[in-house]
Amino acid sequence: MTVAVVRFPGSNCDRDCLHVVEAVGGSAAYAWHQDTALPAGTTAVIVPGGFSYGDYLRTGAIAAHSPICAAVRAFADAGGLVLGICNGFQILCELRLLPGALADNTGGRFVCRLVELSRESDQGPFLSQLPTTLTLPVAHHAGRYVDAPDRLDALAAQGQIALTYTQKTDDGRAALNGSERAIAGVVGGRAHNVMGLMPHPERRAEARLGGCDGRPFITALVKGGA
Amino acid sequence: MRGRIIVRKKPELLDPEGDTIRAALARLGFDDVEQVRVAKVFEVDLPDGGRAVAEARLQDMAEQLLQNPVMEDATVEIDP
Repeated sequence: MTVAVVRFPGSNCDRDCLHVVEAVGGSAAYAWHQDTALPAGTTAVIVPGGFSYGDYLRTGAIAAHSPICAAVRAFADAGGLVLGICNGFQILCELRLLPGALADNTGGRFVCRLVELSRESDQGPFLSQLPTTLTLPVAHHAGRYVDAPDRLDALAAQGQIALTYTQKTDDGRAALNGSERAIAGVVGGRAHNVMGLMPHPERRAEARLGGCDGRPFITALVKGGA
Repeated sequence: MRGRIIVRKKPELLDPEGDTIRAALARLGFDDVEQVRVAKVFEVDLPDGGRAVAEARLQDMAEQLLQNPVMEDATVEIDP
């Protein structure tokens, strides 16, 4: 069993992801953006954070058209576990593996801090082991989740809203970045096997780094893909 | 021939960059500006193959890459 960590030019959380997979007892291997197949024996995929292709055009837009992403799409369509973190979430939305899009934060600022989150659903392997509230770090300038109101209603009805920011504005958006319905993460795929989130679970998965709230996401990949 | 793809944020979507520019314009005295929306323009040079064909190709480029239909609208035009 191998967790594949996809690397694009501009990825910068790839080594952290590889490290935490190994820290929870899994094995991991990199996949390069120009590869046309995932590493042999891949049982789960992480699309890590960073600034793939310098955020040219739109965050995640160029990466979504790279050769490796065709393999990631096929893997997800076959029911494989795929976790997109931060820029990885933006890439999965651009790939249409997840609904919606990530627009620039309403405050116009890059936000970098710890945030409190609520788990809104227990659908799929990523969410069933999570506590109802957790604290994770964020670091992004385009984390405002947007979609049409009827599509957001459908998302809520299907249990696809995975995580929300607990601090909200009066109209229910995230105080942090203006995200619609305060959405911080969503799940998709036929078995809720694809997840995207703006916070960084890999940066809070070891006690010596201040907490382990992010660890269940990584263990889900390692165990679910076993 | 030269064509142009203009990609605009959907009107209901907040545009923090546009709001910041509007505030800067107001500081320069352009304080009657009601709204600024930032849009992208892609200028594309194509071999001459007729306007209709070129327009269809630009539309195709917008749909496949240049526009995210969740948050953006696209229009195309061809220089005379």
